[in-house]
Amino acid sequence: MTVTQNRAVESETSAAREKVLEVKNLRIHYETPRGDVIAVNGINFHVYKGETLGLVGESGCGKSTATAGILRLVQPPGRIVDGEVLLNGVDLLKLNESELRQKRWRDASLIPQGAMNSLNPVMKVKEQIGDGITTHEPGMSRQAVKERILELLTLVGLPSRVYDLYPHELSGGMKQRVCIAMGIALNPSMIIADEPTSALDVVVQRVVAQTLLDVKKKLGVSMILIGHDMGLQAQLVDRIAVMYAGNIVEIAPVRSLFEEPMHPYTQLLIASIPSIKERKPLKITEGLTHDLRNPPPGCIFQFRCPQVMEHCRKITPPLRELKPEHYVACHLYE
Amino acid sequence: MSQPLLQIINATKIYGNASSFLSANTQTVALQDFNLTIDEHPATITTIAGESGSGKTTLANAVLGFVNLSSGQILYKGRDIATLQRSKMLEYRREVQAIFQDPYEVYNPFYRVRHIFDMVIRRFKLARNKAEEREVIQQALKIVGLRDEEVLEKYPHQLSGGQRQRMMIARAYLLKPGLIVADEPVSMVDASLRAMILDIMMRLRDEHNISFLYITHDLSTAYQIGNDIHILYQGSIAERGETTQVIENPKHPYVQLLIDSIPVPDPDIKWGEDVEAAGDEKMRSQANSGCRFYPRCPHGMDRCLEKQPPIYQLNGSDHEAACYLYDEMPVAEKRN
Repeated sequence: MTVTQNRAVESETSAAREKVLEVKNLRIHYETPRGDVIAVNGINFHVYKGETLGLVGESGCGKSTATAGILRLVQPPGRIVDGEVLLNGVDLLKLNESELRQKRWRDASLIPQGAMNSLNPVMKVKEQIGDGITTHEPGMSRQAVKERILELLTLVGLPSRVYDLYPHELSGGMKQRVCIAMGIALNPSMIIADEPTSALDVVVQRVVAQTLLDVKKKLGVSMILIGHDMGLQAQLVDRIAVMYAGNIVEIAPVRSLFEEPMHPYTQLLIASIPSIKERKPLKITEGLTHDLRNPPPGCIFQFRCPQVMEHCRKITPPLRELKPEHYVACHLYE
Repeated sequence: MSQPLLQIINATKIYGNASSFLSANTQTVALQDFNLTIDEHPATITTIAGESGSGKTTLANAVLGFVNLSSGQILYKGRDIATLQRSKMLEYRREVQAIFQDPYEVYNPFYRVRHIFDMVIRRFKLARNKAEEREVIQQALKIVGLRDEEVLEKYPHQLSGGQRQRMMIARAYLLKPGLIVADEPVSMVDASLRAMILDIMMRLRDEHNISFLYITHDLSTAYQIGNDIHILYQGSIAERGETTQVIENPKHPYVQLLIDSIPVPDPDIKWGEDVEAAGDEKMRSQANSGCRFYPRCPHGMDRCLEKQPPIYQLNGSDHEAACYLYDEMPVAEKRN
């Protein structure tokens, strides 16, 4: 209960809070022979200190690309076309490669999608975690590294015997928690977790999610949590940004978003969560997005929007603050 | 009493070898003494649920004839599928269709998507000429809400995940099956499109009398569309019954944990107390020694270790759970 109370206080005072990350007009394109695919279309958002921001949207909406952009991990044919990514005031997009390497992992770390499969099968857990630590902290003694690793394992709720094990000796949930331990190894101020619990069973998912909450509480780290499971988001995040076809269509504190989703796409996302409390008729939507190479004039959601108006086909709605901290890009509220 | 469509009797599948004096026991019991009956009329959606490693896919593969059971029988319309003759097997393969998890992998990327229809039409001689062929394809696509000119001449990568999965259902429908085995059909489809696939399944059941064996780990979708549910834990049945009854009022401690762990899409309703994840050594208990859930069970009793609990019949005729907590209830009869 205290968690929810804190959360209410937090969102009230957020205007005065420190921003750890600020993303301004980030634009990422993928080059194809028939023109650029606009994967991220000039998005703006920020993450406060100690806050978890959820980033949701269907597959292909650009949420993973956007976060890859933050760490400059976009691979060709993708490229960052424009924008600023301010991490503690420093624009990551302007750094040179060696400066960037210093920032990555130490200041902002990534728990990639399917992280548990990214562990090296022939390296023991201690070596995998130790690798990152010694690269960034070359002066650290062996004993200190070992202590740090054991401390990290405890922090993510793993027994110390995991230290000496190989990845194949761990279950999926345990591997995922090793990846979380790696993510927090250097005390970053920002963690980006890309669907950290997908491909896990509900019970294991719950354990991993609890680990993330725990880590956040103990370290006060900021987090971006990418996902498409609205139920999980409701449990884990403080604010949610909803992405559709490369654009953020709504950002709001989690409570406000679930109580009163304003963008028709957000409404659709929430309505499509299957309930286990009551059987209700399924809400069906045709789901074809426009060609991302060639977005239509006006609102990007016009082809699927049940409340589309003439206006929407001509003018792009800007993201506007309709309630405190609740931003929506939709003509319905003008 | 009509004859049941599908009957699974004491199905057991063991992978690996029993111990000999040279090798250790490498046996894994994937499925143990599983019983299930699906009636022919009315058509139903029967859910098999459980976490990874619970044996649900083994069961699906056994029904589809991909793996042979170690013991037990699967009867389709009264005939054991293990002993079918070639021609009867072909008929069985036509009447029991499958939909898989990844709707991309089942397509050959080099062919236009109409190839999947052409193939089954030729194989099972569903049409005598081009016009008739067009007719049956159109009809099947209409059921899943697609138009032939929109999809048929495209390549698989040009379709969305939802479209690809609907095409697979249309292909299955084309063969007028009695049963469709759907192995996680919506787990890779976006939330907003999931509802459409589930709706098609319900319409096929209600309007076309096609039954489904719906294999999933997602209890919430099962709750929305399923008739009966069977929840497996490490190869054995933990609880079964009418879906709404089981999910609204779970009896087996495992099922209670499972339902309690589904994240509620409401920021004001938080998960209860932290749960402990079972360590690896706890996860796989020895075969044939008591209740498989014992190492993780909050109610564990001594007797749970001695012998695997039988399936008890709970109040309500068809709600059953395999747990000693209900030992004052009558033991359920084998259903066959």
